[in-house]
Amino acid sequence: MTEVTLGKALGAGLRQAMRDDDKVVLLGEDIGKLGGVFRITDGLLEEFGAARVIDTPLAESGIVGMAVGLAFRGYRPVVEIQFDGFVYPAFDQIVAQVAKLHYRTQGRVKMPITIRIPWAGGIGAAEHHSESPEAYFVHTAGLRVVAVSNPEDAYRSLRQAIASDDPVVFFEPKRLYHHKGDVDLEGSLADAPPMGLARVVRPGTDATLITYGAMVTTALQAADAAEDEGISLEVIDLRSLSPVDYDSVAASVRKTGRVVVAHEASREAGVAAEVIASITERCFEYLESAPLRVTGHDIPYPPAKLEKYHLPDLDRLLDAVDRVLDRPNSLTGADV
Amino acid sequence: MSPQITPIADTAQDLELAERILAPDGSRRANSRLDPFVADVDAAQLRSLHRDMIILRRIDAEGVALQRQGQLGLWAPCQGQEATQIGTARAIAPQDYVFPSYRETGVIYARGAEPGDYVRMWRGEEGAGHDPETLRVAPLQIIIGAQTLHAVGYALGIRHEGADEVAVTYFGDGATSQGDVNEAMIFASSYQAPVVFVCQNNHWAISEPVALQSQYPIAGRAPGFGIPSLRVDGNDVLACMAAMRWALDHARAGRGPAYIEAVTYRMGPHTTADDPTRYRDEAELESWRRRDPIARLEEYLRAAGELTEEHISETQAAADLVAKEMRAACLGMETRAPMAVFDGVYAEPHTGLDRQRGEYAAYLASFEGAA
Ligand SMILES: Cc1ncc(C[n+]2csc(CCOP(=O)(O)OP(=O)(O)O)c2C)c(N)n1
Repeated sequence: MTEVTLGKALGAGLRQAMRDDDKVVLLGEDIGKLGGVFRITDGLLEEFGAARVIDTPLAESGIVGMAVGLAFRGYRPVVEIQFDGFVYPAFDQIVAQVAKLHYRTQGRVKMPITIRIPWAGGIGAAEHHSESPEAYFVHTAGLRVVAVSNPEDAYRSLRQAIASDDPVVFFEPKRLYHHKGDVDLEGSLADAPPMGLARVVRPGTDATLITYGAMVTTALQAADAAEDEGISLEVIDLRSLSPVDYDSVAASVRKTGRVVVAHEASREAGVAAEVIASITERCFEYLESAPLRVTGHDIPYPPAKLEKYHLPDLDRLLDAVDRVLDRPNSLTGADV
Repeated sequence: MSPQITPIADTAQDLELAERILAPDGSRRANSRLDPFVADVDAAQLRSLHRDMIILRRIDAEGVALQRQGQLGLWAPCQGQEATQIGTARAIAPQDYVFPSYRETGVIYARGAEPGDYVRMWRGEEGAGHDPETLRVAPLQIIIGAQTLHAVGYALGIRHEGADEVAVTYFGDGATSQGDVNEAMIFASSYQAPVVFVCQNNHWAISEPVALQSQYPIAGRAPGFGIPSLRVDGNDVLACMAAMRWALDHARAGRGPAYIEAVTYRMGPHTTADDPTRYRDEAELESWRRRDPIARLEEYLRAAGELTEEHISETQAAADLVAKEMRAACLGMETRAPMAVFDGVYAEPHTGLDRQRGEYAAYLASFEGAA
């Protein structure tokens, strides 16, 4: 085990994937000499050369579209979108091309493309630098969607995403780039749990708190605080948003009977809505109260000074926990 | 000498600014730029180009007929564009890889498509009509311009491997307004990728005239990206072949991308769902009838005493046979079983979809035994 930041873990994952398979090539803006604006690709140009660490012109559709062509030729492109809010110009290439070519060709053309996206808010960034677009991609058949929450997961899931024959949209919480954790840099992929599995980060018995990405940290803080009040929360990190590991989710819900799903992304037709709908389909009879969502508001991402009111925090999570547990809460007395 | 031009015409349509070898009346003109690229083309080869164009026109007519008879959901005719498609595609080597748009029936024909390949996608049986690996042609692209980037990515791979291959992409005049096509030119130029861009300027993007997309000859844009270009008469099969050979030689020699604008005309509707009488006049159509690419080559061959009755009847028979096989393949297609809707979405198991597949299988199974 080595203690590294999430950012360094991602860099190590890229390096290992490139050593393992010379068909792995990186594409993106500023990923060469600069090492990416977050330095994730730092040092890779020196080790692998400009043919494999490809600095691109400033055009997101071009980057992803070119990755499609490289995949046609048998490469495994790993694309870096510089910031979440800049993936939209590439949206057509991702949802209409990357996601569909395997299906259209009855499996004759594979699209093993990994699209890395520094993602979500909480860093006081400028406009378009804090978006949570995951639901768009979860809604698109043919894509896998992964969101990591810690260095070990980042290192392992990224290598798994690159090794996958399917396209993976890979969300990296930029708020956690500098967070440290233990990573087994020697671990083999064969021994690792599959990419699509959820993880119980903290076991508990009274209610299940389901989330992903940087919100896992907030959820764990909420679980600590709840424990002080004698409430035992189970925290689940989904890790994979397509597919969602409903077996793990349902096992937890059957145990606790109470559910809160949280994410930074806005609410309408979001991941939490889907997860709750699936839970009610699968284990309605185990539910002791209506599952709740805690999400960002249905607003454009607010200016940095206001983002703390948008992002679900500890207290909003605990309020929802109180509601699913029928404890006094912000709605107590309100007619809902 | 690199036959590079930067047109300076006033409008996007000035036909006299296109390079040609065969004039509309079938007479041959000396063209110092293009002639060297087709010096080897003898009468027998010209007859085979003529044969291909006749067969393509027949395939296209059969496609329209099949759609009118309710056998195809849609068809995108290419009548009038035979010289561009056959002339350029016949120059492409077997190892090269092509990224076409939906209108390139002639290109997949020239790459060796099977009769059913022309209709499978339009009939709605599969997402791609042909096997991309065997033809070395990507699925026909409906999103305007998206495929041009795929060609550049593919070409980048070729370049990294030092392979003796070129990627070729086809697109229309309307597509030149898309960001993707412009991004493709930038990327191709930045990486000196061995890719050939073929713009089939057929004058219309559904109802929008080419002048709406470009106030300047389209080929004139490429040099601005650092890509040499040629503007050829797209109804002159020899000029199209010569231009394509020039472009392929250029890319194959490691000198980076090349660009061709073939000035041609879409004689029929945009697709079988379109009504061109709403937006273009009969006089324009008539003027293009006089530039018919097949008639032009016929005139030339006839004048040279190379158009034998035998060739004509053999060609007619070959065209009829392809059409017959195409129709038989179309009518004989069997739609896959319902569960096939789930096939090929992912390369690896996906628990969400697998669950849905299971639910749907159980639902279908529930009918078994029900009286
Ligand atoms: C991105 C996109 N926008 C719109 C359409 C609808 N559409 C289909 S063909 C077409 C016109 C294309 O014209 P052009 O590029 O000149 O090619 P042509 O059809 O003439 O061969 C349009 C607008 C589309 N398929 N894709």
